[in-house]
Amino acid sequence: MLEINNLHVKLEEEDKAILKGVTVSVNAGEVHAIMGPNGSGKSTLSYVLSGKDGYEVTDGSATLLGDDLLELEPEERAAAGLFLAFQYPVEIPGVGNMTFLRTAVNAQRKQRGQPEISAGDFLKEVRAKAKDLKIDADMLRRPVNTGFSGGEKKRNEILQMAMLQPKMCILDETDSGLDVDAMKLVSEGVNALRDQNRAFLVITHYQRLLNHIRPDVVHIMAEGRIVKSGGPELALEVEENGYTDILAEVL
Amino acid sequence: MAAQAQVEEPANRLDNLHIPEGSGWLGDIRADALARLQKQGLPTARDEYWKYTKPNRLTSQSAPAAALFDPQESPVFDAFDRLKLVFVDGVFAPELSDDTTLAGVEISRLAEAGQADIHWSKDVYGALEARGQNPVPRPLATLNTAAATDGVLIRVTGRAAKPVSLIYLHKSEVSDAILHHVVKVEPGAELTLLENGPAAARFNKVLEVDIADGAAFHHVRAQGRDHERCAATHTFARLGRESRFKSFTLTVNGVLTRNETVIELQGDDASAHVAGAAMGDGDFHHDDTVFVTHNARNCESRQVFKKVLRNGATGVFQGKILVKPDAQKTDGYQISQALLLDDDAQFLAKPELEIYADDVACSHGSTSGAIDDEALFYLRARGIERAEATDLLTIAFLAEALEEIEDDALADDIRDRLESWLLRRRG
Repeated sequence: MLEINNLHVKLEEEDKAILKGVTVSVNAGEVHAIMGPNGSGKSTLSYVLSGKDGYEVTDGSATLLGDDLLELEPEERAAAGLFLAFQYPVEIPGVGNMTFLRTAVNAQRKQRGQPEISAGDFLKEVRAKAKDLKIDADMLRRPVNTGFSGGEKKRNEILQMAMLQPKMCILDETDSGLDVDAMKLVSEGVNALRDQNRAFLVITHYQRLLNHIRPDVVHIMAEGRIVKSGGPELALEVEENGYTDILAEVL
Repeated sequence: MAAQAQVEEPANRLDNLHIPEGSGWLGDIRADALARLQKQGLPTARDEYWKYTKPNRLTSQSAPAAALFDPQESPVFDAFDRLKLVFVDGVFAPELSDDTTLAGVEISRLAEAGQADIHWSKDVYGALEARGQNPVPRPLATLNTAAATDGVLIRVTGRAAKPVSLIYLHKSEVSDAILHHVVKVEPGAELTLLENGPAAARFNKVLEVDIADGAAFHHVRAQGRDHERCAATHTFARLGRESRFKSFTLTVNGVLTRNETVIELQGDDASAHVAGAAMGDGDFHHDDTVFVTHNARNCESRQVFKKVLRNGATGVFQGKILVKPDAQKTDGYQISQALLLDDDAQFLAKPELEIYADDVACSHGSTSGAIDDEALFYLRARGIERAEATDLLTIAFLAEALEEIEDDALADDIRDRLESWLLRRRG
């Protein structure tokens, strides 16, 4: 599904390497977690994969189902099936949440050569999915993320994911700013989307999210590289001993 | 005689200014306005009030020619049930207009009312304009009162069943139109006034609105899309106790537009909102000049002006809130913002507060900036193409001004116009 091979990235504006040879291979149906201390390059990886400006790929590759992601515009990556759940979802005053969702769904359908979804079908679908995530009608009417609490913003990300039905979902620190109940809701939303044709890359600082979203593979990232990979037990090890021991062992 | 030849001022609009024939009440008011105008003189680029907008095209002897433009879409407000009054190059066209019978509303034509010995509008016509000349002179409005060739006089005694809609058609490339309208909303009455169309190559319009106690006046205007047209408009409003005034203007295209709004809150607990959304591409100069005077207790005023500019377009905002000593508990708000879509566009703003009462809440803000990169990336990451995402954010930027339109259906119509304007400009 997602093949990242020896990816090197630096900041466009300055000569500062952030990713120094990241290699990860995620198969359909799998959930991979990337853990690591602050500043290890986790969020940069998610931005580079989704096409944010400001980064320069100096070496390596990233493909989604064989397509070269790095050649595509952000909207083309989305239409190809990539989805990034933002660590800090952006507030957009003046754009209604519903308008935004419908525009996004139809924009992707258009790029894939599919007909637009009818207003009635869209409404039915969005209401059902919003209900599962305990997103009320008021939140759907309000401008995108504007005045939303931290938990509401994250639930809104998952709603977008559920509506867009991506193939490859990247969750960037989705647990940050969530209380226990919100984390449960968000995790249930994610788990409901798990199936054999879809894959997840869960970026997190803490192990606790992985109690709810069980990973198949756990990667430890440090200083711009994957330094260790293993099963779910690796996350528990981090929780137990912190990053220091693991990093001391591998660096 | 001195040998040196006298330096001649270029011919201007005061030379051969045509004052329509008229006797009785209107003739007297015109004569008075002409005398005031001769004392004031026309605005020049040296005037502080015209620092950001060169007045020469508005004051030259004849109108600069303006090509006609066919927008190839149905006109704004077309879907609404309304009483239509049509003007062609500044002349009322009865054959294109609806019958003027409307319950609770009396409508007469300025060109005809001026022939009568007496008319209810004699206490308003030119009177609000004259009050609005202080502290800043507005010679183009004085000129209008003196020389207006036509207009409508609307007296509202009840709740109008439908909006009155003034439609301005531009048919001649050299037309120079001067229209003067008067609206008097009697106590407790209510009217929505719509205006649309480019009107003329050069358009000078005054709208005087006298809103009595407990009355309401809503105004939605779409200035015509003809690219080369010039317009100078003035709206003078006086508000009585517990009355409401709301005015929104959409401006797209037009080489030069100066919209002045002068509002006097004269009765306690009144509310006045004035808003504008302007979109300019290329040779476009748009000026909103607003003066709100709080002269009574517990009144609210809002000024919300948004401009989207690119490709050399210029936006100007001059806005003032004046709070008189007795206007305690005033709630005043003013925001002017420009979205600059490239480095060639510019926005010039002069926001002012002048407050003589001690128990008031007034705020103002003015910003100019580009499209928010974070928001743009967020939308694109959801699959929305750059051009569409930019348009979404552009409409979002204008939203606060659009929200000032009282009627949701009218607001939707205006929003649709903005969206299709943007769509046509996509690469």
